Amino acid sequence: MSARLRGYALFAGVAALALVVAPLVLPAFRLDELAKYLCFAIAALGIGLAWGQGGMLTLGQGVFFGLGGYAMAMYLKLHDADGDLPDFMVWSGVEKLPALWKPFESPVVAVVAVVAVPVAVATLLGVLVFRQRVRGAYFAILTQALAAAFGILIVGQQALTGGTNGLTNFYDFFGQDPEADSTQRTMYYVTAVVLGVLYLAARQLVKSRFGRLLVAVRDGEDRVRFLGYNPATVKTVTFAVSAGMAGIAGALFVPVVGIISPSLLDVVPSLELVVAVAVGGRYTLAGAILGAVAMNYAKTSFSEQWAGGWLYLEGALFIVVMTLAPKGAIGLYEQARDALARRRAPAAPAVPVGKEAAA
Amino acid sequence: MESLLNQLPVGLSIGAVLLLIALGLTFTFGQMGVINMAHGEFIMAGSYTAYMLQDWAGGEAVIVALPVAFAVAGALGWVLERAAIRHFYGRPLDTLLLTWGVSLVLQQAARDLFGAPNVQVVAPSWLTGRIELLGGNLPYARLFIMALAAACVVGIWAYMDRSRQGRRMRAVMQNRELAAVSGVATGRVDQLTFFIGSGLAGVAGVALTLIGPVGPSIGTYYIVDAFLVVVAGGLGQLRGAVIAAVALGMLNSYAEFWTDASLAKVIVFAVIVGFLQFRPQGLFVLRSRALT
Repeated sequence: MSARLRGYALFAGVAALALVVAPLVLPAFRLDELAKYLCFAIAALGIGLAWGQGGMLTLGQGVFFGLGGYAMAMYLKLHDADGDLPDFMVWSGVEKLPALWKPFESPVVAVVAVVAVPVAVATLLGVLVFRQRVRGAYFAILTQALAAAFGILIVGQQALTGGTNGLTNFYDFFGQDPEADSTQRTMYYVTAVVLGVLYLAARQLVKSRFGRLLVAVRDGEDRVRFLGYNPATVKTVTFAVSAGMAGIAGALFVPVVGIISPSLLDVVPSLELVVAVAVGGRYTLAGAILGAVAMNYAKTSFSEQWAGGWLYLEGALFIVVMTLAPKGAIGLYEQARDALARRRAPAAPAVPVGKEAAA
Repeated sequence: MESLLNQLPVGLSIGAVLLLIALGLTFTFGQMGVINMAHGEFIMAGSYTAYMLQDWAGGEAVIVALPVAFAVAGALGWVLERAAIRHFYGRPLDTLLLTWGVSLVLQQAARDLFGAPNVQVVAPSWLTGRIELLGGNLPYARLFIMALAAACVVGIWAYMDRSRQGRRMRAVMQNRELAAVSGVATGRVDQLTFFIGSGLAGVAGVALTLIGPVGPSIGTYYIVDAFLVVVAGGLGQLRGAVIAAVALGMLNSYAEFWTDASLAKVIVFAVIVGFLQFRPQGLFVLRSRALT
């Protein structure tokens, strides 16, 4: 079986597992949790694209996640209020619907904004930053500062955003009760399918000429510039795509979990997403998804047992991964596979270089 | 107009705190290219050092703690450098994630050792007053922090510019390979740089106890802003760090004054991105022919 066929078979296998086996085996509660992990996986996929393929360490994906989430949540809030003010605004003493909220009365605007707003913000930041050749650590710090500022902004503008509590208590999600098992099940399918489609699209992007350029920018930005390409454009586009993915992830998160709040989008959750990608394996898109699902599963199950211990474990795991296996779980698997292959055919020439970065 | 002047000392004292924190980062990030996210936790270690010394030194704990905290935080940094970071040179982005793992562990360790609630360090009695200044009043504690920051700047400048060890440090920063072939023991210089940089975080931590309560996550409030100072000031540039810290402090205080605390952060961020349009590598740039 060729490598390509094997890849398709693997994808089909995972898809069958996610779409057929998981809903049959898991109780409704766990299925909902899995849907939550898949939301994070969508955001992680974007990080895999920007960081793994493009070398842009973005520590502010939580911002885009939050923008998508709030866009969706604002619509749901207004829809629930049915012409009145959303409940938290009444508590804050707001009397008239703020102008910022007005457009979100329409579901179409909200759904468009889920992608458009994060993409617009990322494009603006990308154009400003990448054109000036601000990169590497500077870029990472700037995105982190953005996440910090955004978190503080949301908390501070209580009357406009619901403050620390965020937006929650939704009663109607496009005609369904968001708490009902059937809705949760549907949302699980929707999330899984969206993740699958975005994965295939991202993979296609990586395999395209654009993707090769992206990897080239990661490995030698100046050389790419000397060849006549503009690295700033390549990076901005990729950053915007990854922001769009995070926005979609945030929008799906809202009906799946039933809340969007500042604690889900500031510095720490943004970093946790990056951590998950690194643990799974940053140089492959599948690694990013694997990492997000595995880390969030580990977090949930471990925190249920011993809350404080998770931080030790997460920190320690991270130190170990960065020191011993910078390519993450996928990297370890590839190493083991190659070692096995070498043992089987001792006389064979060395493993071709540069293969592992391709997928 | 009067309240406008009022903000001046506030901005200066925010700037002094930022400067104290950013000084350490200028060493570790600016000179070694290591993004040390655990810097905030070294600050915390310094604060808790002052807290621990209270039983023994009473009201003068803050003063006694300054050298002790320098040593404690410096030792933590030295261990981190020896155990992990030295394997990461040339991979700055990976050190960021590595040290974040370290910072998680240290924060949780502090929570288990000292408890999650904040603790208070009593300031020396001679630091409790206030001074009338420009129509507002400024606590002595803030003045003390400004003086401490100024003293640290002078000390670092003397060390970097006047001592042999400082010269070696600058040599490694400007060109590691060339310094190595010229006989500078780069590994040893790295250890010392990291020790001093982390030690300065400890000093900053002691200073923070004069401003407010101490908690396990005290470092996280300042670390992002301090990194911005280094970015805006230019890598490894003492002058840049001083100017950027004061400017950011001022900007913070005036933005808060005119809008509110939450919008201020966004304004600061926007101004920095705008500033990088003119000076993408910060205020002062180390001139070199390298391509980055």
